[in-house]
Amino acid sequence: MTLTGEFFAFMSLALVAVIGGVLLLNLTKVVHMVVALVFTFVSIAGIYVLLSAEFLAVVQVMIYSGAITIMMLFGIMLTRHHGDEAEPKGGTLRRLFLLVGVLGFGAAVYFGIYDLDFEAVPNTLHENNTEQIGISLFSHYIIPFELTSVILLAALVGAIVLARRDDEKEGDQE
Amino acid sequence: MSSVPVSAYLALALILFCIGLYGALTKKNTVIVLISIELMLNAVNINLVTFSKYGANPSITGQVFALFSIAVAAAEVAVGLAILISLYRNRRSVNIDEVNQLKN
Repeated sequence: MTLTGEFFAFMSLALVAVIGGVLLLNLTKVVHMVVALVFTFVSIAGIYVLLSAEFLAVVQVMIYSGAITIMMLFGIMLTRHHGDEAEPKGGTLRRLFLLVGVLGFGAAVYFGIYDLDFEAVPNTLHENNTEQIGISLFSHYIIPFELTSVILLAALVGAIVLARRDDEKEGDQE
Repeated sequence: MSSVPVSAYLALALILFCIGLYGALTKKNTVIVLISIELMLNAVNINLVTFSKYGANPSITGQVFALFSIAVAAAEVAVGLAILISLYRNRRSVNIDEVNQLKN
């Protein structure tokens, strides 16, 4: 591990990502939590650039930092949150057990990956990244690609049906 | 070659996954639980892209898988928020502890 620009870029991006995640756990207002998570999403886009996945970085900024954050903000603003986010659910004992369990999981996985290393194979992922993704997507993965469009259509119709105001029921209540 | 070892990327993904897991299990607000699940999906995407570059057999497939994963995550958020809006209309609350109609 030498001190190069890539190392500094990785360390700063990772630091911002982890700080965003920790702020998500510790802030009390819901909108602040979402804004903290935007930092994490943008840092992950930077990590993608370091991993020579430029197209995926742009997709990450567009979908996560753009679309999903805005949708979450709409979901927050359409519902009411009266300061009950401060105290988490369950008792202190339950949270302690959960913390120990999550840390145990993290330690177990870290034990498996801490000295993981593959021999460096030269690759050409950084050359014409978008073109490579397009060729792979439309030759090898054309059927999953079409199935994804079916999933998106089903999610669109399902979301509209679920969130639609039920007029007859509302009329009965009034 | 690279100055950042592959285990550093995997450790970053692990930390983000653990934060998301803890948030999804302890938070009271349904919106925050959904966001924590998104964070976990993002951590998995980092792993996919890392192995697509530094794995034993580097290829573009990991990035294509991450793209599919992002598309499915977006659909999941849309349906999850629709359920949240519908729930709020019926129960006037987004507290996840009160979503227990199926319990008894």
